[in-house]
Amino acid sequence: MSFLELEHVAKQFGSQTVVDDFSLAVRKGEFISFLGPSGCGKTTTLQMIAGFLEPSRGAIRLEGHDLTAVHPARRGLGVVFQSYALFPHMTVAENVAFGLEMRRVPRSQRAERVAAALAMVGLAGYEARYPRRMSGGQQQRVALARALVIQPSVLLLDEPLSNLDAKLREEMQIELRQIQRTLGTTTILVTHDQNEAMSLSDRIVVMSQGRIEQIGTPQETYERPASAFVSQFLGKTNDFAATVDRTANPARLVAGSWQAPAPVAVAGPVTISLRPERISFADVGLAARIVSRIFQGNHWLFQCETECGPALVVRQNDGKPQPAEGEAVRLAWRLEDMSVRSSGGAA
Amino acid sequence: MSTVGTTAPQAVVASSEPSAAGTPWLLSAPALMLFVGVLVIPLAMTVMLSFHDWGQYKGIEPVFILKNWREIASDPYYAEMFWRTFRIALLATAITAVLGAPEAYILNRMSGRWKGFFMLLILGPLLISVVARTLGWALLFGGNNGLVNKLLISLGLINAPLPFMFTETGIVVALAHVMMPFMVLSVWVALQRVDPQIENAAMSLGAGAFTIIRRIILPQIMPGVLSGAIIVFSLSASAFATPAIIGGRRLKVAATLAYDEFLNTLNWPLGAAVAVLLLVALALIVVGSNALIERRYAEVFR
Ligand SMILES: Nc1ncnc2c1ncn2[C@@H]1O[C@H](COP(=O)(O)OP(=O)(O)OP(=O)(O)O)[C@@H](O)[C@H]1O
Ligand SMILES: [Mg+2]
Repeated sequence: MSFLELEHVAKQFGSQTVVDDFSLAVRKGEFISFLGPSGCGKTTTLQMIAGFLEPSRGAIRLEGHDLTAVHPARRGLGVVFQSYALFPHMTVAENVAFGLEMRRVPRSQRAERVAAALAMVGLAGYEARYPRRMSGGQQQRVALARALVIQPSVLLLDEPLSNLDAKLREEMQIELRQIQRTLGTTTILVTHDQNEAMSLSDRIVVMSQGRIEQIGTPQETYERPASAFVSQFLGKTNDFAATVDRTANPARLVAGSWQAPAPVAVAGPVTISLRPERISFADVGLAARIVSRIFQGNHWLFQCETECGPALVVRQNDGKPQPAEGEAVRLAWRLEDMSVRSSGGAA
Repeated sequence: MSTVGTTAPQAVVASSEPSAAGTPWLLSAPALMLFVGVLVIPLAMTVMLSFHDWGQYKGIEPVFILKNWREIASDPYYAEMFWRTFRIALLATAITAVLGAPEAYILNRMSGRWKGFFMLLILGPLLISVVARTLGWALLFGGNNGLVNKLLISLGLINAPLPFMFTETGIVVALAHVMMPFMVLSVWVALQRVDPQIENAAMSLGAGAFTIIRRIILPQIMPGVLSGAIIVFSLSASAFATPAIIGGRRLKVAATLAYDEFLNTLNWPLGAAVAVLLLVALALIVVGSNALIERRYAEVFR
């Protein structure tokens, strides 16, 4: 039995369905990310788990018990908000101690646990500060300590890092993952940053317009996207229009001057999708011209114009000479790196 | 500096300095003149006036004596009147705080359309002339013919009309009614600065509704309540129309007494002394409590 279960959960505001048919089983100690574009219902789903919103349909269970029947104050979940929502009139120590106070933890024990929680997030010595006198990253840590000190059964994080600058965000990501690993707290993270979701989570729930597009490990969602939406959303993707030549025997898949044996299942006009880093320059293949090349330190980015439309190619900077701008090249890729779907139907 | 610099640049500096220093004064001259003309000079004249002598037959004599101040200090009538003034203002302030803060909180949680409607209702008292509004209270509660009194008597709930006109209670209630918008708006502004997720944060940590209000919301809107209280208190203590109509000639407060001395008794110096004393007392209270509030909440807000 899974630890936290969402079963066909839906949420409607008036006539507008914001989350629909959301089913997810979370294992104990797992790190899950809800990933999707703005307005796709991530926060709404998280708030239903936290209890700030009531689901219109469906069930939410924690260790087999119906969670929707429990008042949010009694659910014992830790929540970190995008705005941190620290209590500005309380010191850092008072903020962190608040949850313990509500649980009637004795004063002596409280101080100890607050100190431990603050030490864990690297804020030992900041007890007497007021939140307004701290940087965004520090406030974020206080919010995390405040949520973790009550030893929540599930930690819910709503875009906790989105207000931080890129460098600080990366640091916090590493720290967050470390803390989560050490404590083993089951964690759900809401984010619209695919890199964040990939680097932190055990599994990613990709959402679009209130529905789940795919649930899988970061590698699965990236390597084998279940839909065009997922492949577009998770990193860059090249789409080439191709045809299946049935006159040849066996049938061949043709995209411009590139061709290969056709997979059995496809017919008619199809779309080939593949990641930019899986394309290589070769002697035979799709004819293309380099429009621009951008040096990115550890890799090169090539913008190409091919027979089948524009393409993006990423090559590792391995010290070998790379094609120059304006040069004519041929693009090739391994068959197992591409996914083929028929262009007409919903991919 | 003068030993190092050559003479030529120094001359330039010296010639440009007066105009540079004078520019801010020049720019603020119109406002400054208005300020001096309509505020400082009349105020200074009023202070001067309070030291002049006055007699039934000789009128005002421009001398410097402490007669008026001595009279105010020695006659218990003035002490009682000032005590009444501040008691009324304090009670009106307390009522607006106790009713206005929850009102603002509820208003803030309403959805758009209702918020606008109720905001208009709350601002209502400010849109009606003081006289009309106060006379409305008189119509409701004035003696045997007051609408509410008539109703309550005919229902048999009371057998004598509720005393309202010419009572302190009446003045306090009517003042609290007028001043309510200032308190609600002041608390409302404070509520705008409260993180909308903060109640959810407290709830997730295990706090119940009452605890959230007491421990999380109230401390954050307290500066708003207190600044609203300062506004309401000073406006109530210096209010004229409401105490004049509801208090009538019997129940005097500082503002109505000063008015009386000026226009009925024609003892301008005494009236000036009362007015100056009210002004000084109010200024001290407002500045003092403001300093206290700022010190108390400096840590929390900026
Ligand atoms: N109280 C509400 N009433 C009506 N509609 C709402 C309400 N709350 C959210 N919505 C709508 O629900 C949809 C999903 O909102 P939600 O906040 O869950 O999105 P999100 O995925 O968290 O987006 P973001 O990344 O921008 O935070 C949005 O279209 C929003 O307009
Ligand atoms: Mg959101």
